[in-house]
Amino acid sequence: MDFIEKAVVMTAADMNRVLARMASQVVENNPDLSNVLLVGIRRRGVPLAEKIAAKIKEMDGVDVATGALDITLYRDDLSTVAERPVINKTELPANITGKTIILVDDVLYTGRTIRAALDELIDFGRPRRVQLAVLIDRGWRELPIQADYIGKFVTTTEREIIKVMLPEYDETEQVLLVEQV
Amino acid sequence: MTFMLLIKNGTIIDPSQSLAQTLESKQDLLIRDGRVEAIGASLEAKGAEIFDASGLIVAPGFIDLHVHLREPGFEYKETIASGARAAVAGGFTSVCCMPNTAPVNDNSSVTSFIIEQARAAKLANVFPIGAITAGSKGEQLAEIGEMKTAGIVAVSDDGKPVLDSGLMRRAMEYASDFDLPVVDHCEDCCGAEGWAMHEGEHSALMGLKGLPGAAEDLHVARDIMLAELTGARIHIAHISTARSIEMVRQAKDRGLAVTCEVTPHHFTLSDKDVYESGYDTNFKMAPPLRSPSDVEAILESLRDGTIDAIATDHAPHHANEKMLEFDRAPNGIIGLETAVSLTLDRLVHRGVITLARMVELLAVNPAKIFKLDRGTLKVGSVADVTIFDPEKRIKVDAPKFQSKSRNMPFDGWELKGAPVAAIVCGRVVWRAVKN
Amino acid sequence: MPLKRKDLLGIADLSPEEINLILDTAETFRDINQRQIKKVPTLRGKTVINLFFEASTRTRTSFEIAAKRLSADAINISPSTSSVTKGETLVDTAMNLQAMAPDAIVIRHSSSGAPHQIARIVNAAVVNAGDGAHEHPTQALLDALTVRQNKGRIAGLKVAIIGDILHSRVARSNAHLLSKLGAHVVLAGPRTLLPFGLEKLIAPSEGSVTFADNINEAIAEADVVMMLRIQLERQAGGFFPSLREYSIHYGLNRRRLELAKPDVIVLHPGPINRGIEIDSDVADGPFSLILDQVASGVAVRMAVLYLLAGGG
Repeated sequence: MDFIEKAVVMTAADMNRVLARMASQVVENNPDLSNVLLVGIRRRGVPLAEKIAAKIKEMDGVDVATGALDITLYRDDLSTVAERPVINKTELPANITGKTIILVDDVLYTGRTIRAALDELIDFGRPRRVQLAVLIDRGWRELPIQADYIGKFVTTTEREIIKVMLPEYDETEQVLLVEQV
Repeated sequence: MTFMLLIKNGTIIDPSQSLAQTLESKQDLLIRDGRVEAIGASLEAKGAEIFDASGLIVAPGFIDLHVHLREPGFEYKETIASGARAAVAGGFTSVCCMPNTAPVNDNSSVTSFIIEQARAAKLANVFPIGAITAGSKGEQLAEIGEMKTAGIVAVSDDGKPVLDSGLMRRAMEYASDFDLPVVDHCEDCCGAEGWAMHEGEHSALMGLKGLPGAAEDLHVARDIMLAELTGARIHIAHISTARSIEMVRQAKDRGLAVTCEVTPHHFTLSDKDVYESGYDTNFKMAPPLRSPSDVEAILESLRDGTIDAIATDHAPHHANEKMLEFDRAPNGIIGLETAVSLTLDRLVHRGVITLARMVELLAVNPAKIFKLDRGTLKVGSVADVTIFDPEKRIKVDAPKFQSKSRNMPFDGWELKGAPVAAIVCGRVVWRAVKN
Repeated sequence: MPLKRKDLLGIADLSPEEINLILDTAETFRDINQRQIKKVPTLRGKTVINLFFEASTRTRTSFEIAAKRLSADAINISPSTSSVTKGETLVDTAMNLQAMAPDAIVIRHSSSGAPHQIARIVNAAVVNAGDGAHEHPTQALLDALTVRQNKGRIAGLKVAIIGDILHSRVARSNAHLLSKLGAHVVLAGPRTLLPFGLEKLIAPSEGSVTFADNINEAIAEADVVMMLRIQLERQAGGFFPSLREYSIHYGLNRRRLELAKPDVIVLHPGPINRGIEIDSDVADGPFSLILDQVASGVAVRMAVLYLLAGGG
């Protein structure tokens, strides 16, 4: 598939600022950070969760636990995936029962990824509360799912795609709005 | 009221008369009342039916020394009539049928029955081969003398080897009294009972029990030595290994009356094809498809004369019977309706043999081996004629076969060369549909 | 699905990349098998039929657990030999199954090639759970997973496979797989039970497959020793004179094992004949990973079912 770049939605500096703000919001909403687990949804949710944890450490000196969730086996749309969905490791502490889990993902779109993540979490235990933090909410929800912490709202058309680029996986750090040719 | 058939403009190839001509010169063949009346250029005969053989080869009728017609007893696979129909559709005017029917053809009544059924079908000639032993059980000699009177042309326990060498010796001596050759299916299993294919690299890879080439070689060696001891005529059925062929060559050099035949599948396919078929039971038969070097030896021997005849070992099986696991499926494939095309495509067109040699392998030699009054177009001889087109391109189409069965690996194959007509006793009993 | 093929009929058809994909996927499933809830919904609503013509509680149970942990419906069908003698052909069985529209059929049969014949007829993914003496792909995969877990790699290892190679589908599948991944496979056993010629047709790019002149030569400096089960019928078939002689000259005991590398691992596809092809103190000893093999089995079978039948 070929894409054309239409706009730079966020620069690296923007991302940094936004993540700092989201980190503050997390701290504001969760007085007991020792019970919080920032779980990044693979792949790009993982470095974002780590960045938020790092910001919290910077601001408050508190170490918030992080984890990673691979939702491949819980998806409902495997037949429509273009690339091979390689299954990666899910890393969660043994017991999540009673904890506040904050799922972290790069883009919130149809909501199906989050639905799969919730199903998987429940197979691990019974969290006290689950919240959702996303860098970009691009609309087009197909399920009644909302984020609690949002970096930025971006209106998109169906043909457009939001590409969150992180140094861990891509060579740059920015968020682009692209369109399928 | 005489009946005349005039075959015009064909190229006559008859090695029995060293009439093997170059493909440029054409001659006509006149048949009167079932016998060859004349051969010459631009013949005329008033009132004769004309068969225009322009561009075609005219040869003595082909004889298949080894077919299984399954009647009496297994009529669901094939009958004498359907087998005779398959034969003429394949260009064969005569077939010799093996006795492994139910009951076994080990007495004159069954022999007579077979001959009668063939006569009623009015298609190919059927020359029965009688069993060597009663019931082909390998224990006691069958009534070979009585069967000879009834019309058998050879004896064999085909399907099974004769394991008892002492019995085989007696059989050779006894059959000689009646001037009958002994045809042997050479297979000393060497502990490989229940084998599924040739023992070699491919059987090792496929996890199938293999039959070593030595199993055939052992019996061929034994039979040759017994032939030397008894002075009998022996004919090795469906020869398949380089070593067996070498021994037959040496036996012939020593002047022994040993002849042999090969099937079209053995000169076309090897055990590698079994592997590539993915366990397709249409590649399973006895003897099994052998190694590529055995196939090389077969091709060389077809050329140099060590192999005397091509015979199909036409072995019909109902589709259900072949639809089993590879190691449980019965052995055998049909062959009457593909033999001529395979011979032309794989041997003549690839330069392995000439057309004249082909006619020797399919007509002249078979007649000699079983001392049949056929295999020639000399004036006065019985007018069995095979007409074929070496250039005709065909695609093997199993559903259209005349045989009742369909078990063979060649379906869909594109081959160059095909039979065009079969004439038995001066009557055109089959003619290819013009497309 | 990522494996661009309908069926898993043998290791012979797989590329090293495909083998590694299955092994990597199996590792993920091994983690799932450690969780409290050992189930994922990925094959929910799919039907897996275990068609075992040859009895085998262990392998069948392993496949059944694998299917159920993927949330599939697992059905066991064991056609008794009587239905076979009643004349129902293999093709009939396949067509009947096809009419039930399963998503995957796991088949074990005593005839080589039976899965291939069935795979041609059914739309379902066919998984070969052992066909005659031909192949047992999931066994080789779980053996490889066990080796990889313990040694960290497969390339460059010397793996001795010892016993009745002639009749062993496990030996064939392992010879294919280990050599494709770069190991040096050495086969040994009584001469009467060795299928010479096999090594000519297994042509790996990296590893190798050879026959050793004797057991000791095969075991010398081996990183992995895999003992094959000797079936007691082979003695009746005249392949060797007695079990006593077999165990003395071809069995694995402590002393023979000393010829191998000091960190050798011992494998066996099971079930073991204690005291015949392998002594109890070796089977239960510190070098043995026989029980680890069983644990890897479920993970590998989950990976295979997921890769063939998962998704749309």
